[in-house]
Order: sequence, then structure tokens, then C-alpha cells
Amino acid sequence: MKSLVSRKYETVKAVNGVTFTIERGERVGFLGPNGAGKTTTLKVLSGLLHPTSGEVEVEGKVPFRRQTKFLEAITLVMGQKSQLIWDLPPSETYAMNRAVFDVPHAAFKETLAELTDLLDLGPLLDKPTRQLSLGERMKCELAAALLHRPTTLFLDEPTIGLDVAMQVAIRDFVRSYNQKHDATVLLTSHYMDDVVALCPRIIVIDAGVLIHDGDLRQLIKTMDPDKRVTFTLTAVVADDEITKLGTVLSRDGQRITLKIPEREIATVVGHLLGTLKVADLAIEDPPLEEILRVMFGKSREAREGEAPPTEASDT
Amino acid sequence: MSSVARTLRALPTLLRIGVAETVAYRAEFLVWILTTTLPLVMLGLWTQVAAEQPFEGYTAAGFTAYYLANLIVRNLTGSWVAWQVSEEIRLGSMSMRLLRPLHPMVAFASSHLAAVPFRTVVALPIAVILLVSSGASALTTESLQLALLIPSLVLAWMITFTFMFMLGCFAFFMTKAMSLLNLYFLAFSLFSGYLLPIPLLPSGIREAAEVLPFRFMLSAPIELMTRSLSGTQLAELLFGQLAWAVAMLAMALIVFRRGIRRFEAVGG
Repeated sequence: MKSLVSRKYETVKAVNGVTFTIERGERVGFLGPNGAGKTTTLKVLSGLLHPTSGEVEVEGKVPFRRQTKFLEAITLVMGQKSQLIWDLPPSETYAMNRAVFDVPHAAFKETLAELTDLLDLGPLLDKPTRQLSLGERMKCELAAALLHRPTTLFLDEPTIGLDVAMQVAIRDFVRSYNQKHDATVLLTSHYMDDVVALCPRIIVIDAGVLIHDGDLRQLIKTMDPDKRVTFTLTAVVADDEITKLGTVLSRDGQRITLKIPEREIATVVGHLLGTLKVADLAIEDPPLEEILRVMFGKSREAREGEAPPTEASDT
Repeated sequence: MSSVARTLRALPTLLRIGVAETVAYRAEFLVWILTTTLPLVMLGLWTQVAAEQPFEGYTAAGFTAYYLANLIVRNLTGSWVAWQVSEEIRLGSMSMRLLRPLHPMVAFASSHLAAVPFRTVVALPIAVILLVSSGASALTTESLQLALLIPSLVLAWMITFTFMFMLGCFAFFMTKAMSLLNLYFLAFSLFSGYLLPIPLLPSGIREAAEVLPFRFMLSAPIELMTRSLSGTQLAELLFGQLAWAVAMLAMALIVFRRGIRRFEAVGG
């Protein structure tokens, strides 16, 4: 009952006419090509940019006023920027953030212990930041950003430049923080795996315009309902044996990827396993990259179509 | 819970981290301090000039006292905050500071204050040299003047810090804000008494020096140490410092605020 009453909504209408509302506790992926306005929107939401028009409300506050209560409720992590003091160990930045955010010592100890455990920071806390690897630094950045227990997280490319294992670690951490503290997460990433693994909902913008807001799986289903079946043959098979099963998307020696409508999956897989002898087989959704490429292509066409005809040439 | 109380509570931690930073940067810091050698060059020059007979009222001992005091004050009050602020604006790390509930000026000020003990350690040997040199005879023995030295140094520090902070904030408006620092240093050298004691400046420049902020950043504490001042002169000096400290603080805050608004409009 209480959660129903105190449930907060965050309504956002960014500079480019992008309107969306995110509920407390949601994990939302924010996607778009380079220069689409993702970082700009995150900066507006975290209060670093002053929108020229429109309304923004986060945690019940107007972000750009940067009131203490607002700053205590949010955090912004930018993969490309650091808040750690470069020549001192991360523990010093943590001590500073504790003082600046006025976190009581006991609560600070508890949070730091939790973050140290989840992110495996133990050996990193007292090393000068400049000696940390990119991945280690990113983990320390996340901890610095979360010591004041914000309930809204803006994560701008938190996994940029990290290896796969580190990406998975960061992803798992963000999910567990979200679940443990009922925190709202808005994330941008160039790695679609991050988004697929973390965000049930995605918001897609292109050239500052919202082109999709909704369930990720639903989007994939609408855009491209066909599955991808990838397998490795154990023996040489005639080409037409393969092509009659479905569209061949790629063929690398004995390893083949087919595009198969969902309702034919059972038949095709049965045939592959029974007749053709395969070493392995995987059924997957079409990759998000592909879907987005199609979406951005369509949105560009739409933009160009709408543009009023002019006499001016392209040159 | 006011933000002032909050800032005060945070201060001990900020100062402690500032000391740790100073220790981490001790080599750069020492180099920065040791490159402040211009007063020594001037000392050599002017003691030669005044070797035979006093020059415009300054004896050789007077020049020695003046330039050693100059070096001490410069060491204690000089500031490099303009470079830090402009770099942070240029590289965008200022954004990170804006997301903390603490005014960036307070953050920078506490890290600079934390360097004061270290700077005192550097200034002390110079003071010892001054006391054992011929310059000692040209120092004041007035207890009131000596007592006012500490507040005068504090105010000189404040004017310098806020002035430099403001200059750093010009990076919000222009990409090459640090070229302004050359202009600043030119004006400072001329009007603060850094190169020449203010009474030795040509008329016109001297009158300007008496009202501009630069004198109150450097010359004021030197004058307290090396001249015999009347009550009126003392009051003029200290109130001049206080007025400029308040004015520079206000100006720095205004420029910062304007800059932030621009930063919010164009991003950083």
C-alpha cells in the first residue's frame, strides 16, 4: 500500500521534444547513434545543462537548480570522465564524498563495505588512482558515485573500453544495486549486450527525436520476428540442402547462420539435428545492432522525406 | 540544516585530503615555489644601486628587507588556482564538481589552504635569513604592526585566491583564458610592489597602484613589516585589504555564476 502511495514518477521533456516518464525502480536503456543527443539528455536530467524550453522533473525536483536534496538523490557516471582524485587512492575520494554529501560515518562504512564486496574493490582502495587499470578505475568510479546511496542513476557509457569480463561484472553490479535499493537506472551504452542484459525497456532517439520507447523484446519482435539459427556442420553438405531451410545470413566454412521464421523453428531444427548432423546449434533473437541499424535508416529516410524541397544542391 | 553548517562539517576532511594532495604533488609544488626568484634578482640589483648611498630613501639594508619580505609574502599567498579551474572547465571535470553539494570555490579554497603549512615550511628559512641579514635593521619593531601582519597576510591570500579563481573562470567564456594570466602577471608585477617598492614607481603608476587591488595582495604585508606607519596609514592599508577581499570575492562568485550559466547552456 505504502509503495503505491509514495511511488514517484519522473517526467521528462528534453530540449528536442523527447518526452518520457520513468517509474521508480525501472532499468531503461537509452540508445541512439553518435550525436543523437543521449549525453545531452543525461546532462539535462542530472542538472548540468539548462534546457531552453520544456519541462524536466527528476526525483520531484527541477534538475538544473541542483538543490542539495536533488544532488543527494541522483548520480551521474560518465565513462569518459573521472571524479576520482588522480594522484590519491580512491579511498580519499570516498572520504571526500562522504564529507561533502554529509553521509553519517556508520552508514558510510556500511555502504562502502557493501560496494567493496559487490565490486571486489578490496585491493584497489589504497592504490593511487593513476595506477589503476581502466576497468579497475571504472569500478572505483561507480563506488564513488554511489556512496551517498542515490536512488536515480544516470550511467553514460559505464562500460566503455572494458573487456567482456569487466562488462559483465559492471552489469551484474548495476542490476543488483537496482534491485537492492529500488533505484531507477537510465543507461547509455555502445555495447548492445549491456542493454539487452540489463534493460527491459529501451528508449531510442535519433537526431534529438524519440523514435521508440517501449519493451525491448517487443521491439525486436516487431522489427524482425525471425530467429537466427547458428550451427556447425560435421560433414560437407550440398548448398541447396541448406538454402531450402531458410535465408543464409552468413557462412564461414562449416559454420552457418540462417534466418528462420519463428513458426518454422521446430521443423528446421529437427531437420538439422536429425538429418544433417551438426556439432552445435544456437537459436537467438536478431542482434539489437541490426534492428537499430534498420530503425535509424528508416528515421533518416523519414527525416529526409519530410524536409521541404529546396533548390539548393547537395554541394 | 544549512549549507554553511554542512560545509563546516566537511571542512576537516577536505583539509586533510588537501594535505594529502600537497604531499602527493610536493615535487611540482617545490619547483613552483623555487621558480619565484624575481625578488632575489631585484634584491641583488637594488642593493648594488644603494650600496654607496640610499636611493630615494631606501638603504641597501632597506632593499634587502623589502625583497626578502616580498619573497615570504609571495610564498605564503601566491595561488595557482586559475590554472586548475581553467583546466577543469576545459576538460569538463568541472561537471563532476557541480554534482556535489559543495560550492567548487570552497573545494578549491580548502585544498589551497591545506598547502599553507607546507608553504610556511618553505617561508621559514627565508624569514631566518632575513632576521640574520643586514635587512633585520630595516624591519619594524612596532608591536601593533607586527600583530596586524597575520590578518594582513590572510586578507592578501584571500584577494589573490579570489582574483585567480575569477581569472580561471574566464575559461567558461573563452578557450584561451590563460593568455589573460600574462596580462594579469604584467599588471601584478608593476602595481603590487613585486618588482619595485610602490614609492619608487613613477608618478601616475604610483597613484594607480595605491588604489588597484594588487598592492593589497603583496605590498600591504611587506609595508607592515618594513615601514613605520601612522594610525591612519595602518587603517587605510587594512581596510583597503578588507574592501578588496570582499569585492574580489563578490566578483569571483558573480563570474563563476555567469560562467556556470553559460556552461549549462552549451555544455562542457
